[in-house]
Amino acid sequence: MQDECKFAGFGGQGIMTVGRLLALAGLQAEREVIWIPSYGPEMRGGTAYCTVVISGLPIGSPIINTPGSLVAMNRPSLEKFAPTVRPGGVIIINSSLIPVSVPRDDVDVLEVPCNQIALEIGSVRSASMVALGALAARSAIVPFETLCEVIESEFKRKAEVARMNLAALERGAEVAREKPRFEPPAADA
Amino acid sequence: MAKRLMKGAEAIGEAAIRAHCRAYFCYPITPQTEVAEYLVRRMPEVDGVFLQAESELAASNMLFGAAAAGARVFTSSSSPGIALMSEAISYIAAAELPTVFVNIMRCGPGLGGILPAQGDYLNATKGGGHGDYHCIVLAPASVQEAVDLTMSAFELAETYRTPVFVLGDGLIGQMMEPVEFKEGVVNPPPERPWATTGCKDRDPNLVKTLFLDPAALEVHNRKLAAKYREIRANEVRFERYNMDSRPETVMVAYGTVARICKTAIDFLKEKGHEVGLVRPITLYPFPHEELLAIARDEATRNVLVVEMSNGQMLEDVERATRFLKPISFFGRQGGIVPAPEEVVRELELLAS
Amino acid sequence: MEVIFKRPEALTATPTHYCPGCSHGIIHRLVAETLDELGLRERAVGVAPVGCSVLAYNYFNCDFQEAAHGRAPAFATGIKRVRPDLIVFTYQGDGDLASIGMAEIVHAANRGEKFTTIFVNNAVYGMTGGQMAPTTLSEQVTTTCPMGRDTSDVGHPIRVAELLASLETPAYVARVSAHRPHDIVAARRAIRKAFQYQAEGLCFSLVEVLATCPTNWGKTSSDAVEWLEKNMIPYFPLGELKTPGDDSVAGLTEGL
Ligand SMILES: Cc1ncc(C[n+]2csc(CCOP(=O)(O)OP(=O)(O)O)c2C)c(N)n1
Ligand code: SF4
Repeated sequence: MQDECKFAGFGGQGIMTVGRLLALAGLQAEREVIWIPSYGPEMRGGTAYCTVVISGLPIGSPIINTPGSLVAMNRPSLEKFAPTVRPGGVIIINSSLIPVSVPRDDVDVLEVPCNQIALEIGSVRSASMVALGALAARSAIVPFETLCEVIESEFKRKAEVARMNLAALERGAEVAREKPRFEPPAADA
Repeated sequence: MAKRLMKGAEAIGEAAIRAHCRAYFCYPITPQTEVAEYLVRRMPEVDGVFLQAESELAASNMLFGAAAAGARVFTSSSSPGIALMSEAISYIAAAELPTVFVNIMRCGPGLGGILPAQGDYLNATKGGGHGDYHCIVLAPASVQEAVDLTMSAFELAETYRTPVFVLGDGLIGQMMEPVEFKEGVVNPPPERPWATTGCKDRDPNLVKTLFLDPAALEVHNRKLAAKYREIRANEVRFERYNMDSRPETVMVAYGTVARICKTAIDFLKEKGHEVGLVRPITLYPFPHEELLAIARDEATRNVLVVEMSNGQMLEDVERATRFLKPISFFGRQGGIVPAPEEVVRELELLAS
Repeated sequence: MEVIFKRPEALTATPTHYCPGCSHGIIHRLVAETLDELGLRERAVGVAPVGCSVLAYNYFNCDFQEAAHGRAPAFATGIKRVRPDLIVFTYQGDGDLASIGMAEIVHAANRGEKFTTIFVNNAVYGMTGGQMAPTTLSEQVTTTCPMGRDTSDVGHPIRVAELLASLETPAYVARVSAHRPHDIVAARRAIRKAFQYQAEGLCFSLVEVLATCPTNWGKTSSDAVEWLEKNMIPYFPLGELKTPGDDSVAGLTEGL
């Protein structure tokens, strides 16, 4: 089984970092991982995105045009990538910045006010961490505890940042757990 | 040893350190500037030299100087920068200096763009600079392989006293994968009795490339040619994927593109279609014999070459297979990486 | 209605890709206004560098060529030698002009090629993400000198204007800054002189413009302005370093 997740938003929203944390958690869970960044002119002020692939088998193509899940931190990235998510996949929408939803009934769409939650915790900088928590809780792409362990060890020299990120992760997960599970429509519906 | 999650460019920097390389000269260029940004911190930890030169022209000639003075050295750049290094590479090949060049290719020609491409195949394998020379060219398909081949490159450079290329596309430089650095793979540099290290207790050494006497230059050319023959005889490396089924269609692809082809092969296998892949790991020397054998195999019906170029390795495949079987080509350019679905479509077209 | 602020004809309506607080946009405008005022736009050929301003050709409403990294002065030499009637300018960053392209600019200036160079010194490589430039200040932190520029290892920052002014061949060399309104006025005057000298067929002219790069300096726009003022100007003093020694455009100097 191969899981892929695309993280997308503005440069500076911590998109690359949360992707890397997810990849590290995959590695810790002894699975094959690959982290592929967008790089290029679009990075200056525009949309930044990265894709993380986690698999039980060696990973072939690093080009993923139809990811299993999407974390959209701003509107342009939602509009660009929402149509590409595979049926049955998960889309996390940062509803603090994105006033619209996704007109799709074949994917699990979860609206999470990431910026607002992050601000409540202490800093808007952990907004993408809230989204990561929601994704992890919703998709079981990696064990939630593993992700917590990775955050602890990655920020072990910055106790305050670690605390805030863990809180953000947990709050994101709570939002995900509160919403009823998604039932894909029957094939013949 | 635990695996580390590293960006390709950084992993290449660390691999060089593990291969006892202690001098790196560079000039920033996307998509591999992270090699420099990694080594600027790492080299001082091992008392090595890090220097950002004023240009690639300068960086590569610094490599000449340092290698001829006995140091194990390397540089890294991307396509337009490598073009500027061509002068030094020719001189280094002529002077037979062990050196490693990493080219993380971006799309061209000209300034082109910064996204992945494989448009420097001909530049790397057929020369690039002037004169009668070759470089060994190694083509990694993953970050781990970039590490292993970078280490290997130093060893090969030493053995054959020749410039060695590690040729990856932009994705190899930019993506992160888990890597492991095997210990003790590469020996520290041996004594280099020919190096210009000061002539105390010996006759002066001279490292040069000028041969005004045509007879002497021809002797030198033939010596180089003999070396390239030896390299062609001993150093060919390739990977076979799903070839045991003797598939009707065999793909040839290298680097990241080969991984994409593997995904396409796995997808078709589930649907009951067998397709094989030969992935050259050394682009020079090229796996001529293997491809000829495949072309001669009566099971082989056709060959598909896939590249992020307009068909560069294609020429070598044509030569190797002697046109015994029909060859098709699928390429994307401009920084567009072909998706597995596109390769599947090409294969289905071939089968129909 | 009286129009008091409008886009120069020599600029297009394309929104620029520059970061907030970046000086490139202002400097483009000064060059464009000069081309308009002197009526040079239809004869002008710009040469874009490789750097953040590589896309300058999208913003200038005149003919343009895009050079290889550092080679703009060679391109400009080629243009000007075959078409002396054209008004040719290069627009180059510090990595482009003072690092990889140092040979080209020194020799073009030394031959007295009659084109104009706008040299934008922001003390870093902007486009590639903030590496050390030849003009990076002592102890300034960049990604390839993370502990700060160590001048005992990589030398002191190069004062390009002074270096070129030391050449014998007559040339107009000035250093200005684009960070505060009154500096911008002076910068505009210097750029105008530079083009005027070229239009008169007089000499090679170069205007070095001190510029901000908030993104790679890791500063807000206003902190970047302050940093430039406090750190760059003391090391890169402003003023005219060399003038052709005639008075054909006298009067433009005041306030510089
Ligand atoms: C031969 C070559 N080497 C390196 C590069 C990569 N490169 C692009 S822009 C640049 C430096 C730009 O810095 P600067 O000239 O200071 O301009 P800025 O972006 O700061 O305006 C470099 C090294 C290239 N395009 N070509
Ligand atoms: S990186 Fe620096 S020079 Fe480039 S556009 Fe941004 S602020 Fe300007």
